[in-house]
Amino acid sequence: MEQRIRFLVAKPGLDGHDRGALIVARALRDAGMEVIYTGLRQTPEQIVNAAIHEDVAAIGLSIHSGAHEELFGRVLDLLKEKSADDILVFGGGIIPGDDAAMLKEKGVIEIFGPGTSTDVIIGRINEEISRRRCNQND
Amino acid sequence: MQYMKKLHELQNEWDSRCVSEALQRQPERKARFETPSGIEINRLYTPLDLQKQQFEYEKDLGFPGQYPFTRGKDTLGYRSNFWIFQQYAGFGDAEEANKRYRFLLDHGSSGISIALDLPTQMGIDSDNPLSEGEVGKCGVAIDSLQDLETIFNGIPLSRPRQISLVANGVSLIGLAMFLALAEKQGVATDEMVLRIQNDILKEFIARNTYIYPPRPSLRLATDLVTHCADHHPTWLPFTMCGYHIREAGATASQEIAFTIANALAYMDHLYERGGDVEKAISKLAAFMCVGMNFFEEIAKYRAMRRLWAKTCKDRYRIKDLSKLSFNLVNFTAGSSLTAQQPMNNIIRVTIECLAGTLGGCQSLFPCSMDEAFCTPTEQSVKIALRTQQIVAHETGAADTVDPMAGSYYVETLTTQLENEARKYLDEIENLGGALKAIESRYFQQKIQEASYDQQKQIQNKEKIIVGVNEFIDEEEIPIDIFKPSKESVERQINKLKQLKETRDNDKVQKILKEVERIARTDENLTAILVEAVQCYATVGEISDVFRKVFGEYRETSF
Repeated sequence: MEQRIRFLVAKPGLDGHDRGALIVARALRDAGMEVIYTGLRQTPEQIVNAAIHEDVAAIGLSIHSGAHEELFGRVLDLLKEKSADDILVFGGGIIPGDDAAMLKEKGVIEIFGPGTSTDVIIGRINEEISRRRCNQND
Repeated sequence: MQYMKKLHELQNEWDSRCVSEALQRQPERKARFETPSGIEINRLYTPLDLQKQQFEYEKDLGFPGQYPFTRGKDTLGYRSNFWIFQQYAGFGDAEEANKRYRFLLDHGSSGISIALDLPTQMGIDSDNPLSEGEVGKCGVAIDSLQDLETIFNGIPLSRPRQISLVANGVSLIGLAMFLALAEKQGVATDEMVLRIQNDILKEFIARNTYIYPPRPSLRLATDLVTHCADHHPTWLPFTMCGYHIREAGATASQEIAFTIANALAYMDHLYERGGDVEKAISKLAAFMCVGMNFFEEIAKYRAMRRLWAKTCKDRYRIKDLSKLSFNLVNFTAGSSLTAQQPMNNIIRVTIECLAGTLGGCQSLFPCSMDEAFCTPTEQSVKIALRTQQIVAHETGAADTVDPMAGSYYVETLTTQLENEARKYLDEIENLGGALKAIESRYFQQKIQEASYDQQKQIQNKEKIIVGVNEFIDEEEIPIDIFKPSKESVERQINKLKQLKETRDNDKVQKILKEVERIARTDENLTAILVEAVQCYATVGEISDVFRKVFGEYRETSF
């Protein structure tokens, strides 16, 4: 039987805009994933530790404050340092196109910008995780 | 009576004949039409709808500038002065912010509104590790009075019609800084108008830049209100906020109710402390959202003015009814902006500006079209300012007071929104008031439900958003996006380092100890904070004293 996807929704830094993160957390849960929501004001260290501790397949970072370059970067670095970079990183919020492209080059799987439907987010996460699981089984 | 009976018959005839025939030729677009807050929209409104509400001009509307203020706060509306043209601005360090404010003032802005970066809002200095990546991004970094001095370099505090400071957790520190700066500039405080947001309760519900737990936060907020009511009567020391609650997902009727519920909690707290509620209540402003449903938004402001006046008259037994109006500050809805086809946002903001002013506000803030990406470029913020100016000068909408009054639809909707809001207020009262409602997560749950429903409506295409779920462009035309400068962050951190080396650190430490002593009593903290900022104690240092005395608030989880 296919294992349920464990997913961490996180709010890094000082950004207090959680409307999107709450909607995504609920939508992922309704789609059958096991969702852990970190709450606000999480440092990258706290997020990565939680992700490892909760044994999640992926992290979704939500950020609207413009601090995405620094905070996403730190999360990716920490995952590598702790040999946990099999954990996938997705993102969303207010992240201009150029910056989104740059983050994807650094290893973020996808940035879901304003207006993205939760169906698209769920689909992409499922697709990416299934692919990784298939590769692992090969 | 006879007339209404006749009208009723005529309408029945119209319904059964003309409407039926028309529906057979072409059915209506939807089975049920609703406003975004769920109020059903009828096909037609007539005097019969006013009769159903028992509408009476004198009781329900009255005259502009008079209780219950449905028709607006100002007797002359916009015929004497237009609303204040404001643009929320601020980014980088104080020098950058100063440049943008001068630009706006030179191009016709009549007010300045200071956006603070997140570390400043949360009482954290730019050199704190928690500030990394955040300094100067969504607002200007203010670490000390020195930064505020630079921000207003070449701008006398008396020049703008209003200066607004979006400070909540750090509001009292902000007040102290402005008092110190006014003294330095030689501006008497009655020659200027400062409006401070100072609404900490909505932070716990929607905006999330709280620092300390609710009760001590209320104390700081009411210290500010009392000091200004006593010493600076032209200032607006408290803004009850609906904008953020609405942007978090609440409906229009919830926006009215939750805003008022919070405001009542402040007034009740002030009353408990022995403050003069009647004096303070007249210094209130309200900060509300302007969404896209044109008629619901206009009705919303009218409903809110009437509901606030009626509620407070009874609750606080206010004798002077003129105290029951509030200064309405409208901000167009950030959440209505799309990242797709961003130029369309100019149209959205225009419609919202029109609704916001037809609803009768004293100040208006339009968003810029690129705010789904970043803080605005100079060009896009100028377009937003021009939008206000075009609405003011070219449409005629400002030439009579409350032009929508008497519309059968708008008056019905005004009453319906008032009634819906009152139901929520009663629920909150039964819970024990806003503080209890926050603790029990009443607000948060209602907001999350409403937010999720709206998301579903968009995904099901029950609600169409042009460019997002319909009328999509395959290829987007790129626009210029504002990029915050890394140099200004470095400048800020270096300035702070220098400041800490050159100021009298012994004096700072002494004063911070005095701040701590007073914080542990019920004495007003304003005077000591003015002293503290004058010797260049930083926002972080003062806030850390308060953290020590009051503790820090951690939200409960989802």
